[in-house]
Amino acid sequence: MKKELTRQQYLDLYYYMRLNRAVEDMMVKLFRQNKIVGGLYSSLGQEAISVGTAYALEKKDWLAPMIRNIGALLVKGVRPRDVFMQHMAKYDSPTKGKDGTSHFGDLDNLHIVSPISMLGDLIPVMTGVAMAGRYLGQKIVAMTWIGDGGSSTGVFHEGLNFAAVQKAPFVLILENNLWAYSTPVRKQVPLENLADRAKAYGMESYIVDGNDVVAMYSTAKEAVERARAGEGPILIEAKTFRRMGHAQHDPAEYVPKEMRAYWEARDPIALYEQFLTSEKLLDAKGRKEIEEKINTLLVKERDFAENSPMPPPEFAETGVYCTGDDCHKIRAKWERPIAEVTPPRSSVEAVWTVPGFGSGKGSGGGNAPIHFGDTSPAEEMSASGRKPANTGKPAIKVTTKVASKKTVKTPAASASRKARR
Amino acid sequence: MAKKNGAGTNGAAANGTQVTFLEAIKQAMFEEMERDPAVVLIGEDVGVYGGAFKTSEGLLERFGWERVIDTPISESAIIGAACGMSYLGLRPIVEMQFIDFIVCAFNQITNFVAKGHYLWNAPAPMVVRGPSGGGVHGGPFHSANPEMYFVHTPGLKVIYPSTPYDAKGLLKAAVRDNNPVLLFEHKFLYRRIKGEVPAADYTVPIGKAVVRREGRHLTIISYAAMMHTSLEAAEALAKEGIEAEVIDLRTLLPLDEETILNSVKKTNKCLVVHEDTKTGGIAGEIAAILCERAFGDLDGPLVRVTSLDTPVPYAPTLEEYFLPNAKKVFSAAKELARY
Repeated sequence: MKKELTRQQYLDLYYYMRLNRAVEDMMVKLFRQNKIVGGLYSSLGQEAISVGTAYALEKKDWLAPMIRNIGALLVKGVRPRDVFMQHMAKYDSPTKGKDGTSHFGDLDNLHIVSPISMLGDLIPVMTGVAMAGRYLGQKIVAMTWIGDGGSSTGVFHEGLNFAAVQKAPFVLILENNLWAYSTPVRKQVPLENLADRAKAYGMESYIVDGNDVVAMYSTAKEAVERARAGEGPILIEAKTFRRMGHAQHDPAEYVPKEMRAYWEARDPIALYEQFLTSEKLLDAKGRKEIEEKINTLLVKERDFAENSPMPPPEFAETGVYCTGDDCHKIRAKWERPIAEVTPPRSSVEAVWTVPGFGSGKGSGGGNAPIHFGDTSPAEEMSASGRKPANTGKPAIKVTTKVASKKTVKTPAASASRKARR
Repeated sequence: MAKKNGAGTNGAAANGTQVTFLEAIKQAMFEEMERDPAVVLIGEDVGVYGGAFKTSEGLLERFGWERVIDTPISESAIIGAACGMSYLGLRPIVEMQFIDFIVCAFNQITNFVAKGHYLWNAPAPMVVRGPSGGGVHGGPFHSANPEMYFVHTPGLKVIYPSTPYDAKGLLKAAVRDNNPVLLFEHKFLYRRIKGEVPAADYTVPIGKAVVRREGRHLTIISYAAMMHTSLEAAEALAKEGIEAEVIDLRTLLPLDEETILNSVKKTNKCLVVHEDTKTGGIAGEIAAILCERAFGDLDGPLVRVTSLDTPVPYAPTLEEYFLPNAKKVFSAAKELARY
């Protein structure tokens, strides 16, 4: 760890890591008291990743957590009571009892997209968020997380490829915690570094020590700003270890003792405390103050959560559809002139320009065959025995004004990667 | 069945003129993009090429690269990205090059897009549309009617029009709806039928069926291409003194139960015709609704005329055997009328 942040930033990182762990510790107690309805997933030992990366985002930026990113939600401004109530299925929770865990979001204020349990789906969704932000001129960055396990889903690859061709301002944190439930990473992916996945899409990537919060923050900060500047999506692989089982029910006896011991000796909070102490950023008194602050807050938050009612049964029937303006007023927030994306300024020539090969127009003007083959209407008529109605000219005549030409570029062939450890 | 007059229409200047189904779709997208810069089009080959069926021809020239987005062949990524765009207030129209490929994004649609509003209060105003249906010898992967996978998914709306007027009005309504709407466009109808489309802006309400032909002896319920087949059969039945009422569902989810019930309470007999395969088709749902809400009004069994419970076969002889046709509808209706 090297010193490059302000004192307040160092202490913020510490506060959120401690808060993340304390919230999860309290939920383990609630789980043992049977107050948590479903499963409880732990990010023990991975707090530096959630906290360090989310801390690199600005308020206007968007994130979507995965199951082990409670820390990222806390950094973005989610209250601990919301996390407790989600797990306890309470009526005052963000989803009012309709879903649990970190499965909640906030479109209007915090800019959080809710995850679903199917892994990888957030990657194209956050790519779309990034593209929409760019379209509206908002200069935002979208960030989400995925595990070593989730990096083998089809949508992970579809999403990254699309983000890369679109040069979307999108940052993906790949938390390689070495285990997907009971399956070690070596049985999932034939690669030493999962960051190599990015090479296939011409994407930039980084490899970071996931237990080093300062490294996580600085790398994420650099990635976020590069993405914001239009350099395209970036993948950060965080090397870490899942200290608990897949969820509370799983004792994870399949993990070798030596492996667990190695990583337990590299606890991200303990490592960071050593750093803060040696850099004289934190002393015993300061540490105690933070502990007390968190403890007081969480007791209050837990009590609020425990006192919240369960949702009334008939609430199950509500809210499947948005009923219109009374339900949601959907308005895009424009931060660029709308004239840029409306005719005549939006008008272009429908031409692909392929470097080294010149330009090619679409087959505009003609009628496509009624199905995918290149059959003529006459051939088709004889094949189907029915007469297709040939409509002649295209219906929409538009005035074409050349505003810009699109150049087809292949993604940068070289995917440089910066090893951070 | 198809009106063949009025060739060479100019859709953009439609003024009570006849346009094809395809032109109606094109007009709806054009006009909605013109009206609202939050509307964008995303899909495979929708830009320079203007779409595999030319439904988006001219849109790129007019609205530019940011609003007409050519994508890689990645249906999950396309649907996912459109969903993400909708969270920032955009209203993306997604084109599936053939609606058969929508199942490649099944998880994104049924788990992500459809559940967002219910679970975390996140509306996803987006439209997924594409050419569906058989009768053009497209084979098993270019002829499907996968609507019922999605009719079984709360949170979605599913529309499947049969006329250019409805196609345009329903697509416009879908773009303006705050929910995800799937629009199935029967490709057999694209250039084979024409219909009048008004010049002025209009929408057709989602969730409302329409009576296409009044009759008192039995009710034929259908939608999309089979609606025309049903009308053809109804004309033949009339010559034998059987007056069939023909209902065009137009929307499959939410289903317009009242229009169905009102008709069946009058005719006391119901025949459902759909091009979708039989098991799990909408006819089964309609049968259940009638049993629950109009059991005492039924004078005969609910009869189904549907495609076979097989994949869509390729050879014309096989496909014609697979599909319902006016003759099959006529025979089934005549049988039902005897009760």
